[in-house]
Amino acid sequence: MLDVGRHPNIELLAYSEVEKVEGEAGNFRVTVRRKARYVREDRCTGCGACAEKCPTLVPDAFNEGLRNRKAIYSLFAQGIPSTHTIDADHCRQLNGKKCGICAKTCQAEAIDFDQKDRILDLNVAAIIIAAGYDVFDPSQIPEYRYREIPNVVTAIEFERLLSASGPTGGHLDRPSDRAMETEIEELEKSVGKSQKALSKFEEKYGESSAAFYEKYRSGAYPNDEDRKKWADKYADHLTVVEPLESLKKKAEGFTVAKRLAFIQCVGSRDFRFYPFCSGYCCMHSIKEAIIAHEHGPDTTSTIFGMDIRAVGKGFEEYKIRGGNHSNITYIRGRVAEIMEGPDNNPVVIYEDTRERKVKRQEFDMVILATACAPSKGVVALARTLGVELDSYNFLKTSPLSPVDTTTPGIFVCGCAESPMDVPESVAQASSAAERAAEIVFQTDLIKEKAVA
Amino acid sequence: MPEKTEDIRIGVFLCHCGSNIAGYLNMEELAEFAEKLPHVAFVQRNLYTCSEGGINEIKKGIKEQNLNRVVVASCTPRTHEPLFRSSCGEAGLNPYLFEMVNIRDQCSWVHMKEQENGTNKAKDLIRMGVAKSALLEPQKAIMSEVEVRALVIGGGIAGMTAALALANRGFEVVLVEKEEALGGMLNRLNRVGPTMVSASALTAEKVQALAEHPKITVFTNARVTEAQGFIGKYKVDIETESGVKKVDIGVILVATGARAFVPKGLYNYDGKRVVTQLEMETLLKKGLDPGIKNVVMIQCVGSRNDERPYCSRICCQTAVKNAMLIREQNPAARVSILYRDMQMYGVENEEMFRDSKAMGIRYMNYDPHRPPQVEPDKVRVYHALLGREMELPANLVVLSTPVVSQEDAETISRLLRVPIDENGFFLEGHVKLKPLDFATDGVYLCGSARFPSNIREAVAQGLGAASRASIPLSKGSVVVEPIISVLANEDACRGCGLCVALCPYGALEIQRTDKGRKVHVIDVACKGCGVCAATCYQHALSINSFTDQQIRSQLEAYLG
Repeated sequence: MLDVGRHPNIELLAYSEVEKVEGEAGNFRVTVRRKARYVREDRCTGCGACAEKCPTLVPDAFNEGLRNRKAIYSLFAQGIPSTHTIDADHCRQLNGKKCGICAKTCQAEAIDFDQKDRILDLNVAAIIIAAGYDVFDPSQIPEYRYREIPNVVTAIEFERLLSASGPTGGHLDRPSDRAMETEIEELEKSVGKSQKALSKFEEKYGESSAAFYEKYRSGAYPNDEDRKKWADKYADHLTVVEPLESLKKKAEGFTVAKRLAFIQCVGSRDFRFYPFCSGYCCMHSIKEAIIAHEHGPDTTSTIFGMDIRAVGKGFEEYKIRGGNHSNITYIRGRVAEIMEGPDNNPVVIYEDTRERKVKRQEFDMVILATACAPSKGVVALARTLGVELDSYNFLKTSPLSPVDTTTPGIFVCGCAESPMDVPESVAQASSAAERAAEIVFQTDLIKEKAVA
Repeated sequence: MPEKTEDIRIGVFLCHCGSNIAGYLNMEELAEFAEKLPHVAFVQRNLYTCSEGGINEIKKGIKEQNLNRVVVASCTPRTHEPLFRSSCGEAGLNPYLFEMVNIRDQCSWVHMKEQENGTNKAKDLIRMGVAKSALLEPQKAIMSEVEVRALVIGGGIAGMTAALALANRGFEVVLVEKEEALGGMLNRLNRVGPTMVSASALTAEKVQALAEHPKITVFTNARVTEAQGFIGKYKVDIETESGVKKVDIGVILVATGARAFVPKGLYNYDGKRVVTQLEMETLLKKGLDPGIKNVVMIQCVGSRNDERPYCSRICCQTAVKNAMLIREQNPAARVSILYRDMQMYGVENEEMFRDSKAMGIRYMNYDPHRPPQVEPDKVRVYHALLGREMELPANLVVLSTPVVSQEDAETISRLLRVPIDENGFFLEGHVKLKPLDFATDGVYLCGSARFPSNIREAVAQGLGAASRASIPLSKGSVVVEPIISVLANEDACRGCGLCVALCPYGALEIQRTDKGRKVHVIDVACKGCGVCAATCYQHALSINSFTDQQIRSQLEAYLG
């Protein structure tokens, strides 16, 4: 990323969209909308002081909504460019409220609430599409109860939980436990408030609320309005304290997730959704299981899959190492259903096809290896660029010209073409660069001839 | 402390980074501290040293304060060193008289809650940087011309694709093929999936394009026997039928492909009734004997075992493709594939897999601990999913054997000074981020020489390697940062060659000189990693800007 940001031959137009493309190979005219960031790119140093002071919290999409970011933000810590952006949907100032704290904080004077979208016209010889993919939304599979059972998460959510810069600082805290901890925090806040109000009465009357309440209930203070208020406050207080204590007791038993299940082919190799194999998910499950084991050596993982497709360089060896040294068990079978057991533990119901038995097994957490879904925006993009898609909405190519789209001069690489892993994407990016460079070279040649 | 005679005037610029540094460290205290350090002539605090204003302050300082060393204490050199360096250059100071101190990432950020300790640590870091900067020497960037000609070793689909791509960009290409004809593995294939195009038609098309291209010279029945030099300047010997050709080469692409494993002694392999998938291709090409009614294929023959632990990636798709072609020629034939995991990754493969099932190809999962038994006219297999032994009639058994590395891979590896992995495949510069480069600049990799690849992958990698190789070719020269190894003490060097053996980039060689055997640093190939300097027990080698003296002065500053 850094190299892209720094390369003298690369003009990076982040936070921009292609609106129109005309012309042909060697001479495309492209209209780009540079969306307003409300932050001046030439001034912002990316220091982040604005985000620190911004009062508005928004669910953080980069962390899969597992934590919040501010209304002025950079997508993630090492993002390039480091220029911050104001989220116009949530910014108080841009929605007519009084604020502007970021502008006051910014010592580089980069905040510009009046910034507008800018339209840019480019003339280019070739175009490369590297629009990536979307993660399949597993809530479409009713039997896996994603979102219903809090401790069933997607692989990308799990990735954030494993990350030292993620919402849990790399600790495998279960979503249900985190939710309960938030609930405890909120209850503690309200207990703190009511405690304050009670202590005023306690001071005034010189006795503890508990002692007073016992007397009050036995009818000691009839028609005393002030004491009635005290009693009511205390009764309210008790309705919060009791559940808080029981939650706290439960939370004492919380540990990080140690028994993990990984379910392969969630949305892939499934006729209801995507019949294709997404190629990389077997490996990322193995990787996540190995990393989880590095975090806690008593972590065990079970990977449920039809075939474990470890087909890349060093992949089969990695898979075997995971089994031998990282407590991974591979089970051949497709998971039929996930239920919720005691203590928010997901229970996996599956057929072990090697033993020909239907089994149930309880885990601390279940991770869904979701399919590589064609990106939602690609249909509109393909229409704008005038290139064809295949039946799944990946860019159409042919095996002998693996990065050429159906339109000359427009090339594709990475998961926009079909699911692939990192080394393959990197290799394909070079392939697309080569094809584009050939067009640039031929165009220059024609121009030179014309001049001659 | 080593003495310096020239008048050293160091300017120290302390960056607040907004509040990233200033919010957690006492900047005033740091500035006062820096002013008292030896040779420091000027200290300034900036809100953002990297902003236009901050950069102008550095330039102004150099000019107005006659600074001849600049130290910036701020963030990470990874992002900002190039900017500060070039700014010094723009103000007329040699860019290598600049030193950067990171008081943010490893200081203010990690000691947010302890201002005093954090400030003290920043003082240590600044003191060390200043001490080192006093000893910095001016350096000059290294430039070397590039011979605009590529050598492609191997004329299979990957090599042919790479050669054509480079030639289409206007670069001269020399293609060396050891066999008598181009095509490589394609020459032995029948049709290639998933589109089932004829392999020979595909070869013919590429061969013709190569032959017609004015920029490409092809040598068949030829081998590279010598490749001396480094990026941009290789002297290559090619042994051909008409004698040795000597060519000057700028970059080298390794596209030497791979072989199919021959399963001698496995599953009663005899090349007749029990054949390999590669032999199956020939049978299909010739037209299948109509008498063949029952075919059994066995996957993972000689792979995913202790001897050859890797999965060879393309054998499952080959088996499925051939199974479908068998059915096409003999529609009544029953074909069963005995597998461990069906590796039909991706969109096209999985599609072909589904089509094959619809066509009636049967798949049976076997347990590697109870492998199938090949007997005359039948195969006995324990069906791991049904949990029982099965007998499959078979008048043809096809073994799916892995793709293994070429016999001459090691020779080429030695010739080009590039590594091979434990399975004999060439080892790329970085498994994820540099799949088509070697660690050594100027040498690139594609196709099954790297790892088993199907046609689509080999074509993509051929194009990709061409793209990587075209960078030095189109620039015409290589410019390298001068922070590299130098033979600082020639007399001390005994020419033992220990450093040569350990250099990961092939940047060192032993030369005969008047003073005997001495190491020579190929400056454009050196990355300044320092392995050689750390290894040399004679302390003959040193790294520019990281000399023993400079590092010692930093340590002394810290300890003193």
